[in-house]
Amino acid sequence: MRFGVLQFPGSCDDLDALAAARRVGDAQLLWHRERDLRGADAIVVPGGFSYGDYLRAGAIARFSPAMESVIAFAAEGGLVLGICNGFQVLCEARLLPGALLGNANLRFTFRQVELEVVQGETAFTGACDAGARLSIPAKHAWGRYYAPAQALAAMEQAGQVLLRYAPGENFNGSVNDIAGVRNEAGNVFGLMPHPEHAVEELIGGSTDGLKIFESMRLAVEGARA
Amino acid sequence: MLIRPKSGILDPQGVAVERALPALGFAGVSAVHVGRLVELDVEDPQQLQPMCEKLLANPLVEDYEVQLLDDGA
Amino acid sequence: MAGEGTASAALPSVEDALALGLTRAEYELVCAKQGGPPNVLELAMYSLLWSEHCAYKHSKALLRTLPTEGAHVVMGPGENAGAVDVGGGLVCAFKVESHNHPSAVEPFQGAATGVGGILRDIFAIGARPIAVLDSLRFGEPGGERVRYLLDGAVAGIGHYGNSIGVPTVGGEVYFEAPYEQNCLVNAMALGLARREGLVRSAAAGPGNVVVLFGAATGRDGIGGASVLASAELSADGEMRPTVQVGDPFEEKKLLECSLELLERGLIVSLQDLGAAGLTSSASEMASKGAVGIDIDVARVPLREPGMEPFEVMVSESQERMLCVVEPANVDAVMELCEKWEVGGTAIGTVTDSARMRVLCDGELVGDMPVSALVDDCPLYELQPRKPQQPIYTPPPPTAGLTLQTPPREILLAILSSPNMSSRRPLFEQYDAIVQSRTVRRPDQADAAVLALPDGGALAVSIDGNGRRVAADPYRGTMAAVLECAANLACVGAEPLGTTNNLNFGNPEKPHIAWQLSESVRGLGEACRALDAPIVGGNVSLYNEGAAGPIYPTPVIGMVGRLPDARRAGRLGFQRAGDEVALAGPFGPSLAASELAKLLGQALPDGLAEFDIAAVCAAQRAVREAVRAGALSSAHDIAEGGLALALAECCLAGDLGAEVELGGDFREAISPVAAGPGSVSPASTLASALFGEGPGGFLVSGGAGALEALAGRVPLRRIGAVGGVALRIAAAGETLTLTLAELNKASSSLGELFR
Repeated sequence: MRFGVLQFPGSCDDLDALAAARRVGDAQLLWHRERDLRGADAIVVPGGFSYGDYLRAGAIARFSPAMESVIAFAAEGGLVLGICNGFQVLCEARLLPGALLGNANLRFTFRQVELEVVQGETAFTGACDAGARLSIPAKHAWGRYYAPAQALAAMEQAGQVLLRYAPGENFNGSVNDIAGVRNEAGNVFGLMPHPEHAVEELIGGSTDGLKIFESMRLAVEGARA
Repeated sequence: MLIRPKSGILDPQGVAVERALPALGFAGVSAVHVGRLVELDVEDPQQLQPMCEKLLANPLVEDYEVQLLDDGA
Repeated sequence: MAGEGTASAALPSVEDALALGLTRAEYELVCAKQGGPPNVLELAMYSLLWSEHCAYKHSKALLRTLPTEGAHVVMGPGENAGAVDVGGGLVCAFKVESHNHPSAVEPFQGAATGVGGILRDIFAIGARPIAVLDSLRFGEPGGERVRYLLDGAVAGIGHYGNSIGVPTVGGEVYFEAPYEQNCLVNAMALGLARREGLVRSAAAGPGNVVVLFGAATGRDGIGGASVLASAELSADGEMRPTVQVGDPFEEKKLLECSLELLERGLIVSLQDLGAAGLTSSASEMASKGAVGIDIDVARVPLREPGMEPFEVMVSESQERMLCVVEPANVDAVMELCEKWEVGGTAIGTVTDSARMRVLCDGELVGDMPVSALVDDCPLYELQPRKPQQPIYTPPPPTAGLTLQTPPREILLAILSSPNMSSRRPLFEQYDAIVQSRTVRRPDQADAAVLALPDGGALAVSIDGNGRRVAADPYRGTMAAVLECAANLACVGAEPLGTTNNLNFGNPEKPHIAWQLSESVRGLGEACRALDAPIVGGNVSLYNEGAAGPIYPTPVIGMVGRLPDARRAGRLGFQRAGDEVALAGPFGPSLAASELAKLLGQALPDGLAEFDIAAVCAAQRAVREAVRAGALSSAHDIAEGGLALALAECCLAGDLGAEVELGGDFREAISPVAAGPGSVSPASTLASALFGEGPGGFLVSGGAGALEALAGRVPLRRIGAVGGVALRIAAAGETLTLTLAELNKASSSLGELFR
């Protein structure tokens, strides 16, 4: 299982995502200026402040050569995980529906949050049970998920919402408490909380984030079998 | 280009400013929205709209308005 | 394109020199060093390098008395940052610096650029920044101004640290009237490097090329250093135009570029541009290397048109670094700058002239001896004299609060006060976990803990208490240093080294000079007792306004190491049934305490004595017990005393406790009476519950663990963990507060961030 972790100028949690992915398979960094995804089975677009969040978070990163390759990779069904800033990039690139807006509380907020797994048998939540809780840290200023009413209803209907903030945990005002969504085809997934920061007991106390990387490995190996 | 949040979407910055103004003695203010201004010189004004659509604004959640300031000498 | 050469313009007068902050005598000395009156450019450069901020005119002699050597010290004071050996071939670089005056003018950018500046100091010596801590002081939070400053400073620190991907793992904030006109924003940073990867800033090799890389140069902060930092602030906001604006995204690229340049061995030396910009960094690099430097300002990439040579030399535009490169490596350096999208430009050469020469497009516009600029600034003897009258106005008393008030209400009043309530609304604005090293987050332990690759961990704390130092600069400073070390002990860490930021008023006034010299005396003594030498620091003077000086505020940052990250201590109670004990030579007194402040008491003249050796021994014992995994929790007893410490342990662990101090609680706690003549039962109970002083620890654990600790320090079992309330019985009374009530009281700071 090989992960490719994109790296833009301003990515912060790229090395953290790399380390998390390496607990589950091989992983390497992919520099934004290069188109070669180096045989990755799955791509991770990490958190941080790519291009300083200039203009809008993720607005510039989506046009990088690496992202052009990722868009093509996704069109072929390749697995793509977007974390925080990565989620923002995927929405800007229209690989995922909706947009991330400024937190309703107007401040950057860092908190360990409880998430509910809405759909358990997907390429990103296969290692979780539906209804289970995941304890994962969130840290962002622009994480309020929004989709226009009709698109939102369609997404919910189609089971595209994979993770929700548990009651009382939605500090950014995301519509329908949405924490993570997949595309229609199910191969692209974005979430605002950081699973790569919940992979080791010693560092943060929760290993729930590892399940997302595990799920991706299961999906890739399952597809090969 | 003036870029503003689409109406109907919560604009917490607008709300915060709207709350702060009366505290400073400015009464009778409502419907505050906070957006962005992008200024540039361009040779071909036809490019302005596609620029907004593609990069400068996110049409899903933002409206934009293009103002030509002068033709430049 | 820089303006025309200034050599032909009229020479500045002595009045110009005075306006720039030099004294008449200093101006005469400059003329002597120059062999004639300096031109505009030369005068501007001397005025900055000879300002208090750059030259430490009033503090250098004192700072030389501090201990700076030790077994773990790898780099001491004098470089961009200090460094200690942390095992496994690694060193930890760290330093604290202030950005007080700019933050009072524009708190967001002042605090942000303060963080940017200290981070640059860390990667300038080749270390990757791994953490930031902040220490803030504001006036009482009644009015708009304090909200504005607090909100802006916290947002600025968060903005910079979060964007650049360095976690902010700890800090402190206090609200006291003397900081009303002069807020304090001190930022500390830590970095990791391989020992052989450390680099020094001395320029070397005549013929080598001086390369400037990073952001373009504009008019940011022109005149900032001498104008802002060496003058007392006036009440109006006229200072606005000289504030620097920071860009963390630019600095992230600069950081990666700098570290890769060093890793690939492409540069000879590196220096960041901070206060006084090119002027200070080029001169200091030349001075350390005993060489000369030629800089051509016409080659400096500019952001603003028509900048004059002196403006280019004194600009404080952020996110810029200077390096010295052998000619053969210049192309590779430029390529690397291009990769990281940071502009790189050759702007000068190292010479053997021992002179700082500034050219504009080849024409000489300034020529100064390096030693005159950097080393020959006159130093001033302080004239310390203990003040005969109180300097500070007593705070207003809190309505309805006296020593006779029931202890339950006193505890609630202290817990909900701005100085003691939960800092969660602040630290939730900081990313404390990026880089995946954070073992203990803010609020989980007395010190931040960061994992090292070898299974050990670093611990770091930042502490200061201006009010106690104002009461007794010598003992108050010792107590601040000991508190820092106590916080490290509570997570199981042994101190390795110390950094300090001395924030004081105008040192030319004898009572401030007394505060400063007594404080440095206490700082030195405590660091020697702990074997935690000073590896670097900063001095910020002239923090006073029309209303008077700030409290003398030495801010102490200390770094330590623990051998097993898994055994890092916690502050909250962990398990119902654990015994709770008070350990160490605790001698609480209400003098200069939080309660004394709420009661509106004037500062006492001096603090009670304490046995520093006994305090150090207690710290060692607690540290060993934490390392052995014996204790469930360990918490240093600090502001608010024993009762507050109990409340904090309950809140952090979400567990109540039953505590019995008994009628004879004085026996083990031996409180010092609140003041002469006050021996009423209420005042001594209040002293026992809310009195402060070094040396006390609140620990919890199994009976066996406490037994073992009792063999090494004075220890008194006072109760057990359990239930959903904190119950303290003493002298026939019992105070009870449920966890919900404690939580509510301690949430009051949130109101300031609405």
